[in-house]
Amino acid sequence: MFETIWFLLWGVLWAVYFVLDGFDLGIGTLMPFLAKNDYEKRVMYNAGGPFWDGNEVWLLSAGGVTFAAFPQAYATMFSGLYSALMLLLFALILRGVSFEFRGKVESETWRKIWDTCQVLGSFLPALLLGVAFANLFHGLPINEAHVNTGGLFDLLNPYGLLGGVFFVAMFCLHGALWLSIRARGELQARAAATAAKLWPAVLVLVLAFLAYTFVNTKLFGNYFKNPHLFLILVAAVAGLVMSRVYLAQGHYWKAWGGSAVFIACVAMFGVVGLFPSILISTLNPLWSLTIHNAASSQLTLKIMLGVALVFVPLVIAYQTWSLMTFSKAINSEHDLEY
Amino acid sequence: MDVLMLSRLQFAAATMFHFLFVPLTLGISVLIACMETAYARTGNEVYKRMAKFWGKLFLINFTLGVVTGITLEFQFGTNWSRYSAYVGDIFGSLLAIEATAAFFLESTFIGVWHFGWEKLSPKAHAITAWLVAGASNLSAIWILIANGFMQNPLGFEIRNGRAELTDFVAVITNPWAWNQFVHVVSGSFCVASFFIAGISAWHLLRKQNEEFFLKSFRLAVYVGLASSAIVAGQGHIHGNLVAKLQPVKLAAMESHWETRSNAPMYLLQIPDEKGEKNLVEALPVPGLLSFLAYNDASAEVKGLKDFPAEDRPPVAITFLAFRVMVGIGTLMPLLMLFGLLKSDVLAKYPLYLKAMVWAIPLPYLGMQAGWAVAEVGRQPWIVYGLMRTSDAVSPIAASQAGASLVAMVLLYTLLGAAGAYLMFTFARKGPADA
Repeated sequence: MFETIWFLLWGVLWAVYFVLDGFDLGIGTLMPFLAKNDYEKRVMYNAGGPFWDGNEVWLLSAGGVTFAAFPQAYATMFSGLYSALMLLLFALILRGVSFEFRGKVESETWRKIWDTCQVLGSFLPALLLGVAFANLFHGLPINEAHVNTGGLFDLLNPYGLLGGVFFVAMFCLHGALWLSIRARGELQARAAATAAKLWPAVLVLVLAFLAYTFVNTKLFGNYFKNPHLFLILVAAVAGLVMSRVYLAQGHYWKAWGGSAVFIACVAMFGVVGLFPSILISTLNPLWSLTIHNAASSQLTLKIMLGVALVFVPLVIAYQTWSLMTFSKAINSEHDLEY
Repeated sequence: MDVLMLSRLQFAAATMFHFLFVPLTLGISVLIACMETAYARTGNEVYKRMAKFWGKLFLINFTLGVVTGITLEFQFGTNWSRYSAYVGDIFGSLLAIEATAAFFLESTFIGVWHFGWEKLSPKAHAITAWLVAGASNLSAIWILIANGFMQNPLGFEIRNGRAELTDFVAVITNPWAWNQFVHVVSGSFCVASFFIAGISAWHLLRKQNEEFFLKSFRLAVYVGLASSAIVAGQGHIHGNLVAKLQPVKLAAMESHWETRSNAPMYLLQIPDEKGEKNLVEALPVPGLLSFLAYNDASAEVKGLKDFPAEDRPPVAITFLAFRVMVGIGTLMPLLMLFGLLKSDVLAKYPLYLKAMVWAIPLPYLGMQAGWAVAEVGRQPWIVYGLMRTSDAVSPIAASQAGASLVAMVLLYTLLGAAGAYLMFTFARKGPADA
């Protein structure tokens, strides 16, 4: 029972991570397309500025919970995806630093260097996370010793790449909506127009990804066994539609909320489809890592659950407060810290 | 080089670089919170300027600490997957608790603190500073409890081919972890106070913002004297614990080869690891080693030769790092004591002020050396007595580990250079005018 709860919580952590870091990764990716001058770039840095650090901790927690609740899966996943993960980490390092360093020296070259770090450091993680999760949905060539026998380039199969492009587009839409909440004037108009342009692309990509998932993976198995699970997909579609409707009405917060529901449901759709596997072996189903053969002891799972039940609601409470307090309009230089 | 060596080097690079930033964060966050509390209480603008000036340096440092910390958590999975699978039941849960209970708080409120100067009242802003400071130190507790398990594993049983948790209370009350916590946190306050004292001394030498930097300097010497006294005094208790729990590490720290009672400590000593002896042993202090280890000058101290060669840590590194740490630990309280006694007439001692500028790296070096003693001295074990480092490494290709090591060292060097440049620039600039 504890294994199942932890499996779902594991999925929820990834879902929340995608929802939160998704918007600042999206803003960073869109920067060269949206910002026309230095002030607008700074607005884009500041739009996600107070949050990027807190958002990234969800990645750390998702990683930490994989380690704590399913150590064997953590071991296989991160050693098996070695090169991709290193790339992701280096990109996130450069991006994090670019927030703090960019505005500190009066030099065009200096700023350009950190802008490049910000853009690549946002785009690459979005792409890599999409590629990685698509490959997790499909499964990896894991052998009997729980070792992934594939390399970095095996991840770059058509399905993985489609997942990557889908994630990038989804995060860009999410980021454009967040920027519409915070920016004013021309930048806000450009952000909203970009969101409107990205929306059909995200719709096409999600449909293509679902169709490819249907053909290429066993993810839908759980759904046909338990048809009411399809509600997750219904909610995803509802969120996506909601984001477009509210965008048209200029209700950017609600549109962002719709996009958040969409992203969370997409992540949960995949995770629920995987159940009870965490890592599917494409070589032999018996070599898959599941909640049964990869989980921690009952005692650890119980203690961890206690910790999670106390602290996760607290985290959600203070992060929500921080999001509400620091998401006011950025009207002028005065509102900028970075 | 093989995967094992490359992975060890990578872990060393990742941890040591990360730990250039952690101690300053742990110490200075508390001091900044104190400054802000003083501002909220008295309304004296100088405290706000202090919090803002030191806070700016703190933020540069904090960012580098955060981003390099993320790499560390994933290193266990990427390079030490066999370790992760074997002890994840205990070790993984400690890291997960750290993230959920402490790191979230710290990372969320650093954003609130950074962006909240105008939006929050002085009192509320001071509270966010305390939350950041408290959460950083809470984070340190959990990380050191995790490290404590590697040094002195407790509260587990070997079941299903791995270490499984049996007693959570034993794990979190591990005496090793709590000793290490006091040691690391007091050391961190040394780093922060030498940092503040050194930069203040630089400005005092140039007679810039004297009121501001005198206040900062005084705060730093009080905290610095207290923390360096604690780090040295508690370090002795810590040494007793090493003698009790890891006698082989203690022997390596002193390059002590032959078991004997009433063991002296040689002030000058050069180890010869291959020959299992010391090339030079001079200036003995009779019974000091026995006393340091067991609080009894006549106690027997086991020598390295009493342990099988395959269970001994690298002696030269452990020995040298320990000497560096102890040397710095002895120097620090003296420097701080002088500053405290002369704090009203500092201008008369320009040489001392200059020395304090150059002393900024000292506690950093002491920290790095201390961790080298703890971690290199634990070898060949990744979990002392339970799992060997060579059994813990991931089944990855040497080319992968080599490429990531090179990339990491390059990246960190560039970041370190950029960070140091910014620190220098802003430290020299001094506080903004009120």
